[in-house]
Amino acid sequence: MLLAFLGSLILWARDATGEPAVTWLALGTGTGGLQIELGLKLDPLSRLMLLVVTGVGSAIHIYSWGYLHADRNRGRYFAGLSLFTFAMLGIVLANNFLMLFIFWELVGVSSYLLIGFWFARPAAAEAAKKAFLTNRLGDFGFLLGIILVWAALGTLSFTELEARLADDPAALGAAASVAGLLIFCGAMGKSAQFPLHVWLPDAMEGPTPVSALIHAATMVAAGVYMLCRVFFVLAVPGSVALELIAWIGGVTALLAALLAVQQNDIKRILAYSTLSQLGYMVLAVGVSGASRDPSVAMYHLTTHAGFKALLFLGAGSVIHALHHEQDIWKMGGLSRRLPITFWTFLLATLALCGVPPLSGFYSKDAIIARTLESGHHGLFALATLVAALTTFYMFRLVFVAFTGPAKSQAADHARESPPVMTLPLLALAVPSVLAGFWGIHRVYGAQYGAEPAAAGSWAQQLVEPFAHAPLAAGAGLAAALMGWLGAWAWYRAALQDPLPARFATVARWLRDRLYFDELYERLIGWTQESLARLADGVDRWVIMGVAVKGTHGTFELLGRLLRLAQTGNLQTYAFVLVAGVALLLFLVMAR
Amino acid sequence: METLCFYLFAALAVVCGFLVVANPFSRNPVASAMFLVLTIAALAGLFVLLHAFFLAAVQILVYAGAVMVLFLFVIMLLDLKEEERRSWRKFGLVGGGVAVALIALLMYAALRQSPLGAAGEPRVEGSTAALGELLFRQYLLPFELVGVLLLVGMVGVIWLSKRAVP
Amino acid sequence: MSVGLTHYLVVSLLLFCLGLFGVLVRRNLLVMFMSLELMLNAANLALVAFARYHHNLSGQIMVFFIITVAAAEVAVGLALIVALYRQRRTAHVEDLASLRL
Repeated sequence: MLLAFLGSLILWARDATGEPAVTWLALGTGTGGLQIELGLKLDPLSRLMLLVVTGVGSAIHIYSWGYLHADRNRGRYFAGLSLFTFAMLGIVLANNFLMLFIFWELVGVSSYLLIGFWFARPAAAEAAKKAFLTNRLGDFGFLLGIILVWAALGTLSFTELEARLADDPAALGAAASVAGLLIFCGAMGKSAQFPLHVWLPDAMEGPTPVSALIHAATMVAAGVYMLCRVFFVLAVPGSVALELIAWIGGVTALLAALLAVQQNDIKRILAYSTLSQLGYMVLAVGVSGASRDPSVAMYHLTTHAGFKALLFLGAGSVIHALHHEQDIWKMGGLSRRLPITFWTFLLATLALCGVPPLSGFYSKDAIIARTLESGHHGLFALATLVAALTTFYMFRLVFVAFTGPAKSQAADHARESPPVMTLPLLALAVPSVLAGFWGIHRVYGAQYGAEPAAAGSWAQQLVEPFAHAPLAAGAGLAAALMGWLGAWAWYRAALQDPLPARFATVARWLRDRLYFDELYERLIGWTQESLARLADGVDRWVIMGVAVKGTHGTFELLGRLLRLAQTGNLQTYAFVLVAGVALLLFLVMAR
Repeated sequence: METLCFYLFAALAVVCGFLVVANPFSRNPVASAMFLVLTIAALAGLFVLLHAFFLAAVQILVYAGAVMVLFLFVIMLLDLKEEERRSWRKFGLVGGGVAVALIALLMYAALRQSPLGAAGEPRVEGSTAALGELLFRQYLLPFELVGVLLLVGMVGVIWLSKRAVP
Repeated sequence: MSVGLTHYLVVSLLLFCLGLFGVLVRRNLLVMFMSLELMLNAANLALVAFARYHHNLSGQIMVFFIITVAAAEVAVGLALIVALYRQRRTAHVEDLASLRL
């Protein structure tokens, strides 16, 4: 894994002059049929994504060594983890839709294996199933979208598709919106966007490093990455896909942020936070239609991968130290006992909240500024609100878990995790701090043909957001401050959550996740019931009634008719015989 | 003389035939059988007019003698009372009548149509000697086969009658 | 008017139709059987007449065979009727509808 990371670094260093694409294998026959060229596509987009996947992946592999050192099934765990990483790299490097889809499915399978790693626990098995099925739902749409694109344009290769759409933007015609939305369905499943978001919080049943891998660097990022990869399909003029994508992203961000406020499980808070940030990224893709440049989404994805992995690994470290206690109200005072975990966790939290000069500030600010630039004022307000909420729930977590008195026996006796776990934390803290002014977004910008801005000094980049879009930056900062103040006022020294007492109904609704699971259960139950009834009706009336009974009835009727002729009376037969003779005679004579 | 004889025998045959089938006075099968004997006798007369003397003799011997005796025996054996007067089935009557009329019409039409050839001078003498010549030369094999057929019929009749006796 | 082939054929036709009518309408098995004999005799008459007027004795030979076969047929048929009567105590064709399902 480390080797892969180093390889990615080397690739990175070789810059864009290297081979842009490698074709491995050409499938398909003749000229008319389905022609697939399996190959690798190496452009700035995939190169940086490689760096993210391998970098975070390496950290998580090392960390897992410590986290699972006592587990007997370690072999299976690492096999799953490696398969997952492999599949993810496949997605990143795929040069056509089909290959992308294959690895996409592979990611789904390996995530199923990893979430259900502790399959003896019913909740884990259920969560794995749920994640898989929800993903299938999205993938179905994705596949339909791919087929639609292929039917309209006759090729699945990204390069060819892009060239063809650049030649003739109307090539997809009326199908553009539909195809875009269907493809987005796939991203919706993998990146857990609003209607299909339910699997992500449940996926927390897996081991914590898996949560880090899935939620930070890879699986959920795959959706956003894919959206950016096929952005040229989505951004076809006249397509309403992007608009819808933007709003779905916004709604997801807000919803998840609200839900996160009332969760008590440390991993669930982080999961909803991930959902919220993914909503941000999707929102960013959606509002990039005018500028034809979704690089801000990838920018946020990259920074988010860093600090969210850090958060999850920190949470894992806490859980490990407290012997698998995940309720934040049973923690407290951990800042003294787990100093490294605390400081890295705090750093990541600040990054997530968008405090300059940490990485999150820059990427988040870029998104907020983009919404403002593209004229989506509603979405701008939404994004700002979500930013405030993010700070609020993250600091609620920090205050309750790390400061104040210890709220349980286990928290009192917690000890810092071994170095094999803390080292990755430290390693990941570096990009969380620095990623903001590495100018990552300019790398992505190159992918979409934006002219490279003059690379200024670090100091210039440090203050660039303020110079570029002061309103957005100010709003983001104000939101973060407001959130922090709220959390500070309510949770600084709280022993219990004060919110349920004040807003009982709202808090209960939020804690129960707005009853999405129940709604889906009803909906799916009802649909299945109806379908079953329909099938039953078809079986009973069409197959049994028309096909079986109809056949039987027809022949019975024919039989009854023929039976009328069989009187058993000799003279009737004689009569028929004579009639036949007469007929023959007549025919002979008539000739 | 010959013409007179023809009309006499023909009328006898047709009237008796009618009485066999539909006797307005009696439904007794015995009456039918008796009229059938008369019909056969009239036919034998017609055979004589056609110079088929041997066949006329055979007709009387085999039909009027053997076959009709067999019929009467069976009627006696079954002890058939006069057939109870069931009402004629209207459909059967009408249907049968129509069918027969149709056949008659068609056959008559055929008769009118067909070239009957040299209908003028009847010359062939159906003498017994000539018939014997033909039968034992040209038609020897069918003659023998008919003998076998009679044997088979005899065996079948014996078996059928015996089974019922136990 | 001299008697020709046509006269004989008309007589034959009449007898044949009478026999046919009997077979179709009468319901006593024995009478039906007799009607059948009548039809055979009508055919015989036609054959003999043809033989006479077409100078071919083969027609008479045919009649000879028909008479023989008819004799055998009558024997077997009557035996069947007797056997049937012993089982069913009837010679009425409408009572013998066991062919019906």
